Amino acid sequence: MDTFVQQIINGLTLGSIYALVALGYTMVYGILGLINFAHGEVVMIGALTALAVIKPLAGAGLPWPLAVLAGVAAAIAACMALGFVIERVAYRPLRNAPRLAPLITAIGVSMVLQQLAMIIWGRNYHSFPQLLPATPRAIGGAQITDLQIMIVAVAILMMAGLALLVNRTRLGRAMRATAENPQIAGLMGVDANHIVSLTFVIGSALAAVAGVMVSANYGIAHYNMGFILGLKAFTAAVLGGIGNLTGAMLGGILLGLIEALGAGYIGDLTGGFLGSDYQDVFAFFVLIVVLIFRPSGLMGEKVSERA
Amino acid sequence: MKAKVKAWQGVALIAAVLAVLPFAVGLGMGNAWVRVLDFALLYIMLALGLNIVVGFAGLLDLGYIAFYAIGAYLYALLSSPHFGLHWPAWAVLPLGAAVAGLFGVLLGAPTLRLRGDYLAIVTLGFGEIIRIFLNNLNSPVNITNGPQGIARIDPISVFGVPLSRPLDVLGVSLPGVYLYYYLFALVALGIIFVTMRLEDSRIGRAWVAIREDEIAAKACGINTRNVKLLAFAMGASFGGVAGGLFAGFQEFVSPESFSLMESVMVLCMVVLGGMGHVPGVVLGGLLLAVLPEALRQGAGPVQLALFGRVLLDPESLRILLFGLALILVMQYRPAGLWPSATRRREFSENPPEPGR
Amino acid sequence: MSALLEAIGIGKRFGGVEALKDVSLSIAQGEIYGLIGPNGAGKTTFFNVLTGLYAADSGHFSFAGKPLDVSAPHLVAAAGIARTFQNIRLFANMSALENVMVGRHLRTRAGVIGAVLRNEATRREEAAIERRALELLHYVGIGSRGNDLARHLSYGDQRRLEIARALATEPRLLALDEPAAGMNGTETGALRQLIGGLRDDGLTVLLIEHDVKLVMGLCDRVAVLDYGEKIIEDVPARVRRDPKVIEAYLGGAIA
Repeated sequence: MDTFVQQIINGLTLGSIYALVALGYTMVYGILGLINFAHGEVVMIGALTALAVIKPLAGAGLPWPLAVLAGVAAAIAACMALGFVIERVAYRPLRNAPRLAPLITAIGVSMVLQQLAMIIWGRNYHSFPQLLPATPRAIGGAQITDLQIMIVAVAILMMAGLALLVNRTRLGRAMRATAENPQIAGLMGVDANHIVSLTFVIGSALAAVAGVMVSANYGIAHYNMGFILGLKAFTAAVLGGIGNLTGAMLGGILLGLIEALGAGYIGDLTGGFLGSDYQDVFAFFVLIVVLIFRPSGLMGEKVSERA
Repeated sequence: MKAKVKAWQGVALIAAVLAVLPFAVGLGMGNAWVRVLDFALLYIMLALGLNIVVGFAGLLDLGYIAFYAIGAYLYALLSSPHFGLHWPAWAVLPLGAAVAGLFGVLLGAPTLRLRGDYLAIVTLGFGEIIRIFLNNLNSPVNITNGPQGIARIDPISVFGVPLSRPLDVLGVSLPGVYLYYYLFALVALGIIFVTMRLEDSRIGRAWVAIREDEIAAKACGINTRNVKLLAFAMGASFGGVAGGLFAGFQEFVSPESFSLMESVMVLCMVVLGGMGHVPGVVLGGLLLAVLPEALRQGAGPVQLALFGRVLLDPESLRILLFGLALILVMQYRPAGLWPSATRRREFSENPPEPGR
Repeated sequence: MSALLEAIGIGKRFGGVEALKDVSLSIAQGEIYGLIGPNGAGKTTFFNVLTGLYAADSGHFSFAGKPLDVSAPHLVAAAGIARTFQNIRLFANMSALENVMVGRHLRTRAGVIGAVLRNEATRREEAAIERRALELLHYVGIGSRGNDLARHLSYGDQRRLEIARALATEPRLLALDEPAAGMNGTETGALRQLIGGLRDDGLTVLLIEHDVKLVMGLCDRVAVLDYGEKIIEDVPARVRRDPKVIEAYLGGAIA
């Protein structure tokens, strides 16, 4: 029972991070029909940028909430700029190219970003400073740390903010219209290019926050952390129904839970044959199963080739 | 009749160049470069296999290296002290092709009805799953020996002559890298032959038709699922053969050799060379296999001379350059460095949107 | 005349919209059968159900006296029904000749082994494919364009090429989805001749068309769909005067 509650807590924490990253995938997919493979690398850049700001500031004696706020702000700014540039330089010229072209470009962007980060930050793992008291609180036989509470709370806030932006503002309406039908939205005076840029920028801001969360959660950041994280977040987006914002949030949480519970119980399930080393397999397994049996995801529309 | 004579002249010329090449390279630049050639030939086989899937049938496979891994591990398990099995290469290599092909079908059967970009992700996941299993299947039953990999694999023997040891031919002692070169060149030529024959056939036309318009292909009576599966299986089997050759050549395999980056590298070869165009793909494989070696030898000294220290190790430089190359090629030369005539037209007539 | 194709009680819904309601019709061997109706009446939906692109919610087909399996497009093609598309779907970057050669896929056998060995049988088959494809290009009147990429053909020629490709599958029923759409008067006239010629050569044709004049002039029988329901099936002369049809078209459009 303890393991169960504990894994639920871990899963929720992980899941809210996945959800933030998944939103970036799903927003871009909803508008451009493009899988932005490089999105995971934006998360990584966010984490490392934040760290580069937090460490010296905290070292100089600034109280940690201020240092973290400054770090997050720097990460958000850097990632927004990065998202804007990626779309402008790599994807926009390919808007009408054959479908494989932007996908292949995305892989290239991902490679370049990873290596650039390695040049800037080196190959080493960077430890994320312990900012919140590590003493856990006990709930129902399991433990939860302040950091975990913080991560879930901030994620919920961010998602609520995005929901408000998309559903309640003029800008959000323009985004939804463009996702529905770019031509018609264009005729109605929506500047599609502007909306696409904005989508990348907003998604990247969420990615920056997620990057800080993920490195705080695991206590490390690394130039290589983005790809697998991105892949899992993409899985979450597909699980929820790609192109659907609520779906991405739901998919993220669900995937976090599946992974945490799977890792906790895989040994028992397979009679000790498979260990928790296989944690990463779960995401891919879920992805494959969802795509085969319900490619539209939990909340998405039909996306088969026929439609 | 004249055309036929000309074709044979061409074949004779290529054969002569291929026969002399290792000597020219070995004497001019050292036997380490002959080894690079050997690897280039393996990569060419992989690139040709992936080209069937990506170039002909238009299906983006990002986990292709898994089939290479399957071929390599099959060879390692069946011809090494690990299980005490020492099957001969002539039996293991075709088996590797068949098993890899079977895996191709197993992966393709449920996933091929997905949209192209979804397929890319699923195949990527499949590649990672295979690698994770190779990494962890050392307990509780030791099948793959985990991250340490499998060592002391039997070298490939042809007619009882192991290719790992120097062989005296007419008084000249040929080192193993030369012998493997000739074997690999033969297999690569075989694969090129098969690919070109397939391209110009009923099956090849069906593949291209699917790439061009899947619904129209269905309406023409093509069982697109089966034909796509066939592309998957053919591509995978080439990967399986190359994997077996790799294991026998290296006499060692470990999961590290089959990372996602390797899949991406093979994709780069196909894309940069020219999707769907066999000579282009061969060129891409050759260039991208030789370039990293040149970087390894050249990048350090150049950086030292320019900046006074080595900023970038060759491995990172390689990935950085290939990433940039993918982006630039897609923008400025999307049909690749050496595209087929048709593909070139196809891409050049899709001008980018003017409003930028 | 015996029925070649019979559709019995075909129904199809998209969400809340009933695109086809209990549509039954019967196409006789050797006739040109027109299917008309206002925009959104369900004509193309019927086509897509018949050719296996959509799954019907109810009803079934029988073709040449046998039940027709419409669960996959290639099965429909194999049974002997070929189609063209309203928004032309060619293999744009293959030559015109290759497009038609793809159409021969269904009626030829060579597999991987044949392709690689290129044995006597494969070579003979390949030559026959090419010969037949060339014949069909000539038949539809674009015999000289064989080496041009499909995308480089004029609009009218693309329509012809699509018909040639469909004919290459050796259909008993040819289903044409708005073949005259976007054509000018001259092109339409030539198309009328081509379709008439197909019937004279023994083919049965199912024609969906917006161009009512073309349908009335060419078809042996016509069915009218309105809001997913068949409101009449008769010879053109009677369809033209039917009050329900006139109402469906808001009076004017019937020539």
